[in-house]
Amino acid sequence: MAQQKRPEMRVRPTAPILPPSNIQGNALIVVIAIMSFLACLTLGGVSMVRSTAASWESQISREITIQIKPDDNLDMEKALTQARDLALTFVGTKSGQIVDEAATARLLEPWLGPGLDLKDLPVPRLVIVTIDESNPPDFDSMRALLKDSIPQATLDDHRTWVDRLVSMAHTTVMIGTGILLLVFTAMVLTVVFATRGALSGNRHVVEVLHFVGAESSFVATEFQKHFLKISLKGSAIGSALAALFFATAGFWQSHTLATPETDQATALFGTFSVGVLGYAGIFATMIVIALLTTVTARLTVMRTIYEIDTLRSDPTRTDGIAS
Amino acid sequence: MIHFENVGLRYGMGPEILRDLTFDIPKKSFQFLTGPSGAGKTSLLRMLFMSLQPTRGLIRMFGRDIADIPRPELPLLRRRVGIVFQDFRLLDHLTTYENVALPLRVRGKDESSYKTDVLELLKWVGLGERINVLPPVLSGGEKQRAAIARALMDRPEVLLADEPTGNVDPPMAKRLLNLFLELNRLGTAVVIATHDLALMDQVEARRMILSDGHLDIYD
Repeated sequence: MAQQKRPEMRVRPTAPILPPSNIQGNALIVVIAIMSFLACLTLGGVSMVRSTAASWESQISREITIQIKPDDNLDMEKALTQARDLALTFVGTKSGQIVDEAATARLLEPWLGPGLDLKDLPVPRLVIVTIDESNPPDFDSMRALLKDSIPQATLDDHRTWVDRLVSMAHTTVMIGTGILLLVFTAMVLTVVFATRGALSGNRHVVEVLHFVGAESSFVATEFQKHFLKISLKGSAIGSALAALFFATAGFWQSHTLATPETDQATALFGTFSVGVLGYAGIFATMIVIALLTTVTARLTVMRTIYEIDTLRSDPTRTDGIAS
Repeated sequence: MIHFENVGLRYGMGPEILRDLTFDIPKKSFQFLTGPSGAGKTSLLRMLFMSLQPTRGLIRMFGRDIADIPRPELPLLRRRVGIVFQDFRLLDHLTTYENVALPLRVRGKDESSYKTDVLELLKWVGLGERINVLPPVLSGGEKQRAAIARALMDRPEVLLADEPTGNVDPPMAKRLLNLFLELNRLGTAVVIATHDLALMDQVEARRMILSDGHLDIYD
């Protein structure tokens, strides 16, 4: 009988140099997920407030108001028409509308009650002029011309209000950026501690790698791979939860329109819709967090290995490591 | 190949445990490093591996003064030296094959370029049937052979072995010694740190004896 050839032994697929993730790895995934969730929430919140403020700003800056105060020698109706016509001579104005007595009375109704007769009161009258936002008229010239023609007229281009909105939006963005920085700092510190912990837990691996001639960059790359997996998992979970939160809130808002709760929420936060850009931002946050974690892990490993090498090689350091 | 001149070593503010060591490790040489426990054999091996700096004196490795070598270059120089420990230092989550292949893996080599060499080396040290076994399952002798194979994997010019027979029975110790002698015949300089007199008596080789911090050499 012919002798059977012995099958060649197969080797298993090469295992990672660092042991697979342990309990500490799972805890870190949860921490990174929470941090990502908070970062995405902050980012989404900031972008919502910004877009709400931008929409207010755009609505207001589409119009300017000419206010004419009553005067004994002034024919109000004539002055209103003159003011509108003067304003419409400027390039950049689109239309002009005189707020009639009935509309003015309606505006004052919440304060002065119904059935108001404007003739009894020295109430200023308004002309609303719609302007071209992309090519606004010269407000200073318009203001000067109005003052010359109708001394009782004042022009309000809503600049004060717009400036306040802009500064509010900037403050919100700054607060949001501050929170993001805090979240990122906390995450970096957590990763530094986790990396140091992982290095301590895998000290025997680092020592063996040292004795087989591994360079620090190789060891750092191994830890970096380990932390990249952990951070990608964590940040994907956190970002997905944040995206789900915005989607759910948007869905709730769109299905409960015109209820007091929704109106209140809309007034405070604007609409919960973060749009494609918002979701792109959430995805970008996930990538930034994963990269930040990986780079932090790499730098921490390089630094710690440098410290270990220094202690190991310097016999004058009695706090060193015998190996 | 390796030259020590007036080398001294002390830990912290303690006494000098190695004093005025002057010797050479020539190419393709075979020597035992011996002395009582605590004489400084392991410290001397660590200095030979460039893992520990002397507190004084000159060490030249492969023609270069190690004091002048930038730290990032040291791992590259260490790759020319293989080291075997009494406690093996194998990674328990890696198989025998993966442990032995580790030096090539850390050099960034592709597995396909070294797989055959690793398997052949494992056969040569008698572990051809144990390639997929994790270290906790290996016997003491098998672990020691795996550790030796790992140290030899990248064909070092010098092999340093710290008490390589400390954990094995006399027949296995003799087998390991034969392995070292064969390596030496193939051109590797070998330094074996041991206090096993029976082992040293089996070979006519240079003896470096450490005592009271001094080194005496008997060719």
